[in-house]
Amino acid sequence: MASVRILVSDTDFDTGQEISDLLQRSGEGAGGLGAFVGVVRGGSGLQSLTLEHYPGMTERILEGLVLEAVGRFSLSGCTVIHRVGCMNVGERIVLVLTASAHRAEALDAVRFLIDRLKTGAPFWKKEHYEDGAGSWVDAREADDWAAARWDTA
Amino acid sequence: MVTVLYFAALRERLGRASDWIDLEKPLPAGDLLARLRAADPVVEAAFSVPGTIRVAVGQRLADEATIVNPGDEVAFFPPMTGG
Repeated sequence: MASVRILVSDTDFDTGQEISDLLQRSGEGAGGLGAFVGVVRGGSGLQSLTLEHYPGMTERILEGLVLEAVGRFSLSGCTVIHRVGCMNVGERIVLVLTASAHRAEALDAVRFLIDRLKTGAPFWKKEHYEDGAGSWVDAREADDWAAARWDTA
Repeated sequence: MVTVLYFAALRERLGRASDWIDLEKPLPAGDLLARLRAADPVVEAAFSVPGTIRVAVGQRLADEATIVNPGDEVAFFPPMTGG
C-alpha cells in the first residue's frame, strides 16, 4: 500500500524535510525518488502571484490524480503540496515527489502529475506587476496538450 | 436550493463569490446558467465576456448537459492554471 500525502497550504514547504519524510514512509521497496519543485518565474516586471483554489474540489481532484499515478506507475509513495495565496517571484508554489522501485516509474509519475495538475485541478493564478497592474493568467494550449498526451500513453 | 460558486476572473467580474437559487426539480447545468443570466444583469454581463467557462457539479468537472439536482453545489470558473 502506497503512502500518500496531499496538502493544499497557504504557507511554504520544506523540500528537504518532505523528501526525507517520503523516503521514510515509502519503505525498503523504494529504489529512488523523483521530484518537481515549481517556483514563481520572474520577468516582465512581475512581482508576485496570487493562487486561488476551490476548497474541497481541489483536494478531491489531487487525491484522484495521485491514486491514478500510484496505480499507473507502481509508486510506493507520493507527496503533492500546492500552495495558495500570495507568493513573490522566486518562491516555491508546488511540490511533486514520487517514490518507486525504479527510476523510470518515479520520473514518469512526476511528469504525469504536474502535467495533469496544471489543467485538471481547480487552481487559478493572478499576476501582480510592479506598476500595480494585475491580470489573471490565461490557460495555455500547450498545457492542455501536455496533459492530454497522458490520455493515450 | 442550489449553491452556485464563482471563481477567479469570473468571481471578480461578478463582485461576489456565490449565489443561491431555488430549484425544485433537476435541470441541466446549461439551463441553470441560463436562468441565472436571465435573472440578474450582473451575471449576464460577467458571462458575456468571451472566453471558455468550465462547470463543476458536486465538485466534479461537468458540462452543460450534466443534471443539477436540488441540494447540489455548482461552480463556474475559467480554465484552470495551477502548477
